[in-house]
Formats: sequence, C-alpha cells, structure tokens
Amino acid sequence: MNNKDKTIKDPLLRIGKRSELTSKQTFQIRILAVCLSIVAGGIFIAMIGYNPFAIYATILSGAFRSEMAVQATVKMMIPLLIASLGVTLAFKMKFWNIGAEGQIIFGATCASFFALYFSNLNHIVLILLMMMAGVIGGGLWGLIPALFKVKFGTNETLFTLMLNYIALHIVAYLRDGPWMDPHAQGYSKIARFDPNAALDKLLGVQAGWLIGLILVIVLTIYLKYTKQGYEINVVGESKDTARYAGMKVNRIILRTMFLSGGVAGLCGMIQASGSDITLTTNVAGGVGFTAIIVAWLAQLNPVGILIVSFLFSVLEKGSSVIQSTYGLSTDSADVLQGIILFFILACEFFVRYRLIIRKKEGSKDGI
Amino acid sequence: MSDKAARYAIECKNITKRFGTVIANDSIHLGVKHGEILALLGENGSGKTTLMNMISGIYHPDEGELLIHGEKVNIHSPVDSMELGIGMIHQHFKLVEAFRAMDNIVLGTKSKKLKDDLLEKEIMQLCNQYGLTIDLRKRVSDMSVSEKQTVEIIKVLYRGATILILDEPTAVLTPQETSQLFDILRKMKEKGCAIVIITHKLQEVLEISDRVTILRKGKSIQSVETKDSTAASLTELMVGRKVELHIERPEPKNCKTILKVVDLTVEGTDQNIVIDDISFSIKSGEILGIAGVAGSGQKELCETIAGLMKAKEGAILYNKENILGKTPSEIIHMGISMSFVPEDRLGMGLVASMGMTDNMLLKTYNDGKGPFVDRKPAKKLANKLVEKLSIVTAGVEKPVRLMSGGNVQKVLLGREIESGPNLLITAYPVRGLDINSSHTVYNLLNEQKSNHVAVVYIGEDLDVLLELSDRIMVLCHGKITGILDAKTTTKEEIGLLMTGEGAKEESDE
Repeated sequence: MNNKDKTIKDPLLRIGKRSELTSKQTFQIRILAVCLSIVAGGIFIAMIGYNPFAIYATILSGAFRSEMAVQATVKMMIPLLIASLGVTLAFKMKFWNIGAEGQIIFGATCASFFALYFSNLNHIVLILLMMMAGVIGGGLWGLIPALFKVKFGTNETLFTLMLNYIALHIVAYLRDGPWMDPHAQGYSKIARFDPNAALDKLLGVQAGWLIGLILVIVLTIYLKYTKQGYEINVVGESKDTARYAGMKVNRIILRTMFLSGGVAGLCGMIQASGSDITLTTNVAGGVGFTAIIVAWLAQLNPVGILIVSFLFSVLEKGSSVIQSTYGLSTDSADVLQGIILFFILACEFFVRYRLIIRKKEGSKDGI
Repeated sequence: MSDKAARYAIECKNITKRFGTVIANDSIHLGVKHGEILALLGENGSGKTTLMNMISGIYHPDEGELLIHGEKVNIHSPVDSMELGIGMIHQHFKLVEAFRAMDNIVLGTKSKKLKDDLLEKEIMQLCNQYGLTIDLRKRVSDMSVSEKQTVEIIKVLYRGATILILDEPTAVLTPQETSQLFDILRKMKEKGCAIVIITHKLQEVLEISDRVTILRKGKSIQSVETKDSTAASLTELMVGRKVELHIERPEPKNCKTILKVVDLTVEGTDQNIVIDDISFSIKSGEILGIAGVAGSGQKELCETIAGLMKAKEGAILYNKENILGKTPSEIIHMGISMSFVPEDRLGMGLVASMGMTDNMLLKTYNDGKGPFVDRKPAKKLANKLVEKLSIVTAGVEKPVRLMSGGNVQKVLLGREIESGPNLLITAYPVRGLDINSSHTVYNLLNEQKSNHVAVVYIGEDLDVLLELSDRIMVLCHGKITGILDAKTTTKEEIGLLMTGEGAKEESDE
C-alpha cells in the first residue's frame, strides 16, 4: 500500500456529541452566550464610532427609565407573548405553523368587523364578541392548512406561509374598498374604532398583558396536565405511536391547529383594539415571525416564553431609544439585534455538541 | 508474502472511543491475520460495530493505535480506509436501487468508465476467482437480499480490498443463503483475505471462524481459537458467567381458538399485495411463532390485527367477531395487545422523549373522566415494573430514550402484559437484547402462555423460535408457506419454507 508518505494528523477541530448536560451547565452556556453577544455587539458599536457602554446603558434605561417607558415596553411585549404561545401549541405537535402572522391578521380582521359595525353594543358584550371573533377567525386561518395536511398531505410550512399573504391582502382590499374611512379625504385607511370598541386599560397599559399572563398559566396547565396536552405530545413525537395507542390523530391535528391559530387570532384582536384602535395592514408587523424565534428560544415552555418575550421587548424598545437619542440608523440597531440573537441561537449548538481541539497529550476539552 | 503473513492485517492496540460519558470501546486489543476469519462476538452494546466503524473510517478513535498491514495509520474517512484495502459490508446495504449491479460496483471508483462489455468481463473475472455468481446487468431494485449482499461484496473486492469486515451479514439471510455466503468467505480466506465477521449468533461463529475475539461492555475480553471452543464456553465469555441456554416450553393447556384469520389480503401503501390470502388461527395458552425473512409481511400482519392497516379482503374473527374495520382503540379495549419493536426500537409503542410514567399512560390516558390526565396509577405501575423486571433507569420520569435497549423492551412488554391482554402479539421482542434479558422475555411470554393468553411471537432467530413456540407459521412474500409443529420440524425445513421453496399446501388446524 502506498501510504507511506501520508502521515495524516488528527484534524485540528472536530465536532463531538456532548453527554446530556445538567440544567445548571446548560444555563451556564446560555449565560456565556449572552455575555459574548454583548461583547460582539459592543465591538460592532465601537466600529461604527459610538461608545458601546453608553449605547448599552441607553438600551436599558430606554426600556425602564420612566413609567411611560415601562408601559411602552410592556405594550410591545403583549403581541409577541401571545403569538409565541399560539405557535407553541402547534410546534409541540411538530406542526410547523409559520402562519401566525396571517392568523393574527385574520383574527384582527374578524374582530374589527364587530368593532366597526356593532360599536353601539354594550361595551363588555362587544369586547367579548370581538374576542370570540378573533379566536374563531385566527382558528379558521389555522384550520385551513391543517385540513389540507390531514386530507391531502400538503406541506404545512408553505401553506401557512402563503396564507399570511392572503390575509394581508384581504386587509388591504378592505382598507381600499368596503371598509375605507369616508372621512379620510380620499386617503385610504380604515376608520378609528369607536372608543366603545377599544380594549380597557389596566395600570396604564391595555388589558392585553393580563390576558397574556392568564394564557401563560392556562397553556402551562393545558400542555402538562390535560389529556389533550398529552395527545399533542404523543402526536408530536410520532404519529405512528399515537395511532397505535388508539388516538384519533387527524382530529388532534385539526383541534390543535384551531387552538394555535385561535390564540394568534386573539393576539390580533388585542393588538387592533388595544394598541392600534384600528385595523391596519401592519397589525401583525412581523410579530408572527419573531414569535417563532421566541417560542424556540424558550424551548416551547410558556413561562420561558414570558421571560424571553419580555427580554425581546426590552431590546426592541431600547433600540428605538438609541435611534432617537444617538441618531443611530434603524439598520444599525437591527444589526445589533441580529448579532445578539445570533449568539443566543448559536449557543444551542454548544448545548448539544462540543468542539474537540487537537492536542499533543491525550486530554481533550471542548468549549 | 511470508513477511506479510506473519504480520497482522489489522491490529488494534488500546483503542478507546467515547461518546459523551459513555465509553463505547475501552482500550481494545484485536488482531486479524491474512488468510484468517475472525469472529467478533459480543452482546449488543458491547462495542463491536463502533470498533469496526473506526477501522472503516466512520469514527475516529480517541486513543490508541491502529496498525494496518503492520504500519501505523490514521484513518479519517471511508476513503482512507478503502485506500488501505479495507472493505466494510454494512448491515444496511449502501447501494443505488435504480442502478444495475455493475454500475453500483464501479460507482465512486476513480478509474475511467469502461464500456459495459469490457467492464462486465473484468468483474466476471473477479467473480470467478472467488466463486461469486451474479447477473451484473440486473437492477439492484429487482434483487433479493442475498443478491444485494453479493453486489456489496464484489464492490469492495473490485476496489482491491483484502481486508473484509462484515457487520451481521446473516441477519437478513435464510439458512441456505447463509451457507452460500460462508462458502464464499472460505474461498476468500484461501485467497489470503483477512475477514472480520461481526455476529452474535454462536452457531455461525463456531461454523465459520478460525478465531474469536470476545467483547464485553466495550472491553476486549479474550481471543480464543474456535476449535477449542463450544457454544457454552463462548457464552460464558460473552456474558461473564455461566448461562442456562435452554428455553422452557411448558405444554399448552386448555387451548381454545381465540383469533381466526380467514382469507386475509392486505395491500401496502403502493398498492402491492403485502399479505396474500392467508388463513390461520391462534389459540389461547399457546405460543405461535412466526418465521420469515424480514419484510415478508410480519409487520403488516401485526398492523392489520391491531387495526392500523386496512384489509382488502378476508376477515379476522376474534371470539367469532370480525374486528376488521374497528378502530385501534376499540381493538385495544377488546384485550388485543400488540407490541411491535421496529429496528429503531422506539418507533412505535413508546414515546422516546417521555418518561416511563407517561409511557405507561399511552393506551389508558383517556380512560378516566374529566379533562385531566391522572398520573398517579401510571407512576405506581412504572415503579412496579422497575421492581418486577429489574429495569435499570435513572428514574421513572427520565426519558426512555436514555435507557438501554434491553430496558426499553422490558418497559414496552411489561406495560402490554400489565394491561391483561387475551392476545399478545410481540414482534422481535428480543431484538438487541443480551442473553439474560432475552431469557427474561422468554419467561414472561411463557408466564403469559400458562395464564391462557394467546401469544404470537414474531422472531428472527430460528433456534429460539424452535425452542419457544408450540407451532411455527412461516411467511414468505406475504403468503403462508407452512404451519409446522415446532417439536418435530427442523431449521432446514423452516429455511426452505422461508424462501418459498418446498411449500406444501397450507394447512390450518
């Protein structure tokens, strides 16, 4: 054999699987990732000519410096929290619902119908009616891809994604057509809701935060302790096993996607009647996509979602303040957010794997 | 040549490989000479496949030296290993189904593509040397399992391999095909090839090998000459102590037909017939063994009885009631239990990410009233099983995927038995189990038999089927080729029926 000239060395770096880490070690890795992300973000800030410490301080103070700032942060958190809870239901079942955006929009649209045309009803009745409309609207928007998946085996990722655009353009049509505000002097927008159709405020912020908190508790219980939650887990793990256990898999998929879409729809209703007090094409504003990241970062744990969505809102609110204070462009703030997210998402790799560096002696350590 | 023969073809010194905290190979020593067949014997999880994967470049050892033809080497990829003349034949074939045999053989070699005729001539020459017969222009998708294996062997020989590693090559073969394979291996040995065969079947080790290296729990225990060994002595080395190899077979009592399958035909997903007009019956208090080459319709039969697959024609009468068309949950509540253990062990029947407690709930979670799951009885049951079957686990709430194969099987079978079935169908319940755990399973099944449960045992190992079952039904391509009395039949007879040859008019009752 002609391999005499080939004295191959070990590769400098290779990837090895970690043994299962304790939750403490996992926590340490995540904290380390957060620290590194702040350092990397700081380098970026320094590179564009600002003082990283000042910028970071402004982000924090921007989110918390006054009662109003805190209220604004919470207001940003509400849709993110609820939408993330919605997609979590589907994700637990390994149903890749990336259509929360559309479900939010359609839920908001259905709720807006009552806000616009039944505004003289009793306030409580109207709000409850709008909530129901939001849930059912969002639920139906989630049910459609589930139905096609169950009947024809269509790809839910593409299907839910496409429905986002349909929902968006339905709103655009309503804005330019049937629901156009006649008092807007030809400017095409939907009329502001009657105050009667606006969600009440609690502690200075729209009541959505309370609904969000209640949903966190309800979902924790639903997923952990109910039969339906158990079914979702089994179907998510293996449909064959679920069938083997006598579960009606199709019904479970339909039901869960209705609930997932329903929660997102409720989110749309809350955003429209609590924050925007009208319906715009921007009612979801990308929240449905950010929710996917939030849900995964929180490992599909409702309480985790509460924490992660709060941190996200702090970052978001803080970035908007550095934009106004330092004149930093929106894009730079987005890059900063991206860097931080990148590190946090990448650390999940190191939770599962380690890099093995070549050494002269036998002992090998990973990061 | 004389110099070469003295040296080892493969020599492993202190090879160690870790996966996380698990030590798969713990300073292993092993040597194979040219012109020798070495059997690598060990229970599942003893590190046989890991070791061979390192030699063939799929894994990289953490510590230790590997010498090929007497020279220290560092193998980083299957390509490196191929260049050193090592050929590995995996358990799952790596062939392109849509290609012909000859295309598969030359695939990936760097030489210029020859014309079909020339190439065929070249390969045939090689085949004649080793006594291999194959139609080189046949598509792999039209081939039987043993033909595919032959293609794999030619593939590595064509690349100039002189060291051959075969990972459980007989698992998918009938006894006749196995002896054909062994003839080929002997011929290769004469030609000076070094051959390593991984297996856990003792009879085959004794038949084919010159020396045996025994692995236990990742350590190489000993290398012995085959001619000085017996099945008992090898088992003792493999397990670490003396083991009773005999399986009990209590006389069946009070047999009553409980399930009758009449003219059952089932179509698979792509409209091919997977069960072809079969009729048989299962009696309470007996064990019906089902033999057949993998993929002869065993899985489909199980799934049809459990209500997971639709039948095209025929009937399945359970206590005279047709259960075809009933939902799986109705069938479960009639007392029919099916535990099918697929290759990956966790595919169906257990939820890998859940703990034992939640897995106990799988078929009963919906029994109580109200919207909530009652976990208390499940937890009790889980603890009971841990104690009764001596299941090794870090806790009943720890995900079952972290448990070893044997313990997973015990959890699955234990749950099914605890549900008090009238009919217990188990497919491959000892797949991947060590000898001890296997015997625990056999005892559990016998216990059920004496409790008047009808037991169906779908197995791979004919020796076990012959010892455990009362009757053996042989499947071939979805047809029943024979139902035999296990006490009087022989392995050869079953083997012939498995290939569909020697099938006589099927008889029932």
